[in-house]
Amino acid sequence: MLFSGISFDLAAGEALILAGPNGVGKSSLLRLIAGLLPPFAGHVVHTGRLALADEMTALDPRLPLASALGFWAQLDGATASDVATALDLFDLSHLADVPVRMLSTGQRRRATLARTAASRAEIWLLDEPGNGLDHASHARLEAAMAAHQAGGGIVVAASHQPLGLNNARHLVLEAAA
Amino acid sequence: MTGFFTILRRDLRLSLGAGGIGLPIVFFLLVATLYPFAVGPDGALLARTGGGVLWVAAVLAALLPLDRLIAPDADSGVLDQYAVRGIGEETVAAAKIMAHWLGFGPALMLAAVPASALLRLDATTLGAVELGLLAGTPGLAALGVMVASLTAGVRRAGALGGLLMLPLAVPLIIFGAGSIGDFGGGALRFLAASSLFLVAVAPFAAGAGIRALRE
Repeated sequence: MLFSGISFDLAAGEALILAGPNGVGKSSLLRLIAGLLPPFAGHVVHTGRLALADEMTALDPRLPLASALGFWAQLDGATASDVATALDLFDLSHLADVPVRMLSTGQRRRATLARTAASRAEIWLLDEPGNGLDHASHARLEAAMAAHQAGGGIVVAASHQPLGLNNARHLVLEAAA
Repeated sequence: MTGFFTILRRDLRLSLGAGGIGLPIVFFLLVATLYPFAVGPDGALLARTGGGVLWVAAVLAALLPLDRLIAPDADSGVLDQYAVRGIGEETVAAAKIMAHWLGFGPALMLAAVPASALLRLDATTLGAVELGLLAGTPGLAALGVMVASLTAGVRRAGALGGLLMLPLAVPLIIFGAGSIGDFGGGALRFLAASSLFLVAVAPFAAGAGIRALRE
């Protein structure tokens, strides 16, 4: 058992920051919200589509970045212009033709966030979104999240760093006794 | 259903690119080349046993790509992303089975033509082999995806996958090789039935296997 007695609800435009020590279950809670793990008890209800950005890029390493993102955009009913906008949002446009395997750790991180931004999903689940990002990219992440919230989107982020989210609530997970 | 075809296209592209498809075909032809060296150039013997050898080669060739059917997508988070989008594991498995078959079934049928020449098979036998491969390879593809999803979380899954898959492929070999000299068509019907059964069951078994990978 990782945690119990957790309850929260978020309306359009709101954000939730998950905090707590390593191994307390922040990523598991995100996966639970995403429907990848079944809760032992309780339930998760959401209206609107989900997008999850965790430590796995889920992008084909041999494909150029734009095509790899394009695959998910196609599944999400998004268009090539959504991909171009997301690439621009995270300053990846100049890397659009570079195969994913050539990208650095921070660039992959940004590519994962761009995949989320291009998905047109209302609810973003971000697991340590600021990890590996340089100062400028961090500012771009904050701007992207602010724009998403301004458009009525919800952000749920697990993070140790301050993320500069507007209208954000905090949930601190504590180790189960 | 748009998800099904999008996944199908991606997996087919992955198996056609990067030499994924060439390996089983080369392997298939290698067996057909080596077998006459091993048993000698006796045309009558080759013609009598060659069809069965092709079937053994086809089953072994289907084993080769097992480790890249499911495990890479599980490791890179692709399967999780499908699930987040609400695409059912069974749909993913069905798309993977179809992509896997399109990637190696027709190519194997094509490779059977030069292979049958190497084994001195006559046109009737070649026709029976081709018909058998058409009926049997979908079952092999379904079996491959099923076994790959059940072994994706296991280390050194390659050997285990072979051990699991070969016994299950035995009916396909028996009816496939049996259909060659059988002009009544009974063996071919059994082959098609076994294959159809595997194609019908595998998406659910593989879907359960994909779900179990997350736990």
